[in-house]
Amino acid sequence: MRLSELVQGLSAVVQEVEDLTEKDPISRRLRDFGFVSGEPVRLVGRGPIGADPLLVQVGYTRFALRRNEAARIIIGEPA
Amino acid sequence: MSEAALPMRLALVGSPNCGKTALFNQLTGGRQKVANYAGVTVERKEGRFSTPSGRNYLLLDLPGAYSLDAASPDEIITRKVCLGEFPGESVPDLIVCVADATNLRLHLRFVLEVRKLGRPMVLALNMSDAARRRGIRIDVDKLQARLGIPVVETVAVRHGGAAELTRCLEGEVRAVAVAEDSTDLHVQVRELIAEAVSMPRRTAEIDDAIDRIVLHPALGLVLLAAIMFLIFQAVFSWAEPLMEAIEIGIAHLGTWVGSALTSMPMLQSLVVDGIFAGIGSVLVFLPQILILFLFILALEESGYLPRAAFLLDRLMLGAGLTGRSFIPLLSSFACAIPGIMATRSIQDPRDRLTTILIAPLMTCSARLPVYALLIAAFIPQRTVAGVFNLQGVVLFSLYVAGIVSALAVAWVIKLLRKDKSEHALLMELPSYRVPHVRDIAIGLWERANIFLKRVGGIILSLTIILWFLSTFPAPPAGATEPAINYSFAGQLGHLLHLVFAPLGFNWQICIALVPGLAAREVAVSSLATVYALSGHEEGLQAIVASQWTLAMALSLLAWYVFAPMCLSTLATVRRETNSWRQVWIMAAYLFALAYVASLLTYQIARVVGS
Repeated sequence: MRLSELVQGLSAVVQEVEDLTEKDPISRRLRDFGFVSGEPVRLVGRGPIGADPLLVQVGYTRFALRRNEAARIIIGEPA
Repeated sequence: MSEAALPMRLALVGSPNCGKTALFNQLTGGRQKVANYAGVTVERKEGRFSTPSGRNYLLLDLPGAYSLDAASPDEIITRKVCLGEFPGESVPDLIVCVADATNLRLHLRFVLEVRKLGRPMVLALNMSDAARRRGIRIDVDKLQARLGIPVVETVAVRHGGAAELTRCLEGEVRAVAVAEDSTDLHVQVRELIAEAVSMPRRTAEIDDAIDRIVLHPALGLVLLAAIMFLIFQAVFSWAEPLMEAIEIGIAHLGTWVGSALTSMPMLQSLVVDGIFAGIGSVLVFLPQILILFLFILALEESGYLPRAAFLLDRLMLGAGLTGRSFIPLLSSFACAIPGIMATRSIQDPRDRLTTILIAPLMTCSARLPVYALLIAAFIPQRTVAGVFNLQGVVLFSLYVAGIVSALAVAWVIKLLRKDKSEHALLMELPSYRVPHVRDIAIGLWERANIFLKRVGGIILSLTIILWFLSTFPAPPAGATEPAINYSFAGQLGHLLHLVFAPLGFNWQICIALVPGLAAREVAVSSLATVYALSGHEEGLQAIVASQWTLAMALSLLAWYVFAPMCLSTLATVRRETNSWRQVWIMAAYLFALAYVASLLTYQIARVVGS
């Protein structure tokens, strides 16, 4: 499943980040942020309008990701 | 001998939110120079300091970067300067890489990337006090041994918090020999953390608690609205008296200097109505700019600004903007100049440009005198729908017209842009921090400097040109009409009348529009001058009410919603985008919108009115 489908409050482990275009700059930045295979992530919260953007914890940091950005991140089943 | 030697060149690098700029301020104090890198609008900050033993250093604060491999203009500069490949920048003798000790999972990857450059470097573990408070234990010796570079702990916001770093700089730091290691950097970071860092909890409990309120879908928005309301109250209640004091003070000073020149009336007029009026129109913006930036810097330092962007991103995205556009646009309701200067916090250059282009559509406070004059003259004091004051309703709809057209323009820019690639949000929400007085003071000082040096010069020269246009040629002997009618500005006004007649503007309005270019509110006093009422603006309302038609007044109101009247804003756009092209695009589209809106308003109002 994708990070954008994760239920709020749950954690999962990143499998990979998909490139939507060739050398997708957004995917590259996500990997820089630490969204790499084996890294645990948690969906902490969601924005007030249309539940977008998503508030995601990875490593020791929180990031705001729009839904279509989070959809690039493939995760395992939530724990 | 070393005293006479050239200062050692240091480059400060680090990921955003690592406290790099606070460390820069701590080391250099106020001794810093702000400029742009050659050919780009990325800010270049350099400062000097010396260590107790008397060695001198030149410290360059490079733009924050998450990666040296990425495509943002900031990161390209950071990479090139570190390698000595940026034209006009000499290669740094030593790289000081800063990492937030509480955020090592993210920042160590960047440290490893910088280390791969093979340049001499030192790692500063910043905010080591916050790390200790959170029970994070870092084995500095082990980290140092594993990385092969000196590692020091710093607390950028505490006096003397960089002592360990300066001691380290005085020693010898050699380039690291990095063994070819193809292991993924993330894997290396995990190993380093497993060996040298013990972390009781991934996030600070206090951050989680604050975020539960600040980012709450309902409470968060209420809090945001309250903060914005407070800022606006402050801008209007604090800045207004200061602005008035500046205007009166400069005017008095001008008259006083001018009184020494009574024997030379032309020179006196140049000094009083040209130079001092120009200085006044520059300085009068300062209170609003400083108060707005006081809040913006405090919100930024505390970590709230990205939270506000988080809350509003979806809303702004609908118009092709980003959550980060919100604060600059809101500031533009006070004055577009600080609004445009505040767009620097928008990372995506395309989003930043769109925000700059629509900022003048937010109804700034300088339009209020014009609105007030026309509304008081033409709109009756009447209650509509039981509770609303009709004059208030008209004023409110003028504000709404500005906002709606800003959203429409942003949407059109999105359509016209050929680049269809996705705009990213990808925003870190940093830990909350108590803003540090020194860092805010230095930030305010920088903004004031940029405004006075770069924008002030343009505004001052334009005011003097406008004085020249409204003064020469002098009226012929026996002239009966106000002097301005015979001047270049007057002739220009009569010429403009040909263009503006379809909008219902009479020649008096057209003449007043010329000096009104300096600042919108000047148009009101110019109208008084044209109607030979110099100094009696109260009488103006009566003249306007009796001589103008309602259609004319509505047309002029519509004009002022869009008009690119304020040359100061255009000067700021020039400075912030480093491009005359953007200035022309902005002026042209605003002019076109204003013309069409006024034309429609006038013609429709005439038909309906008859």
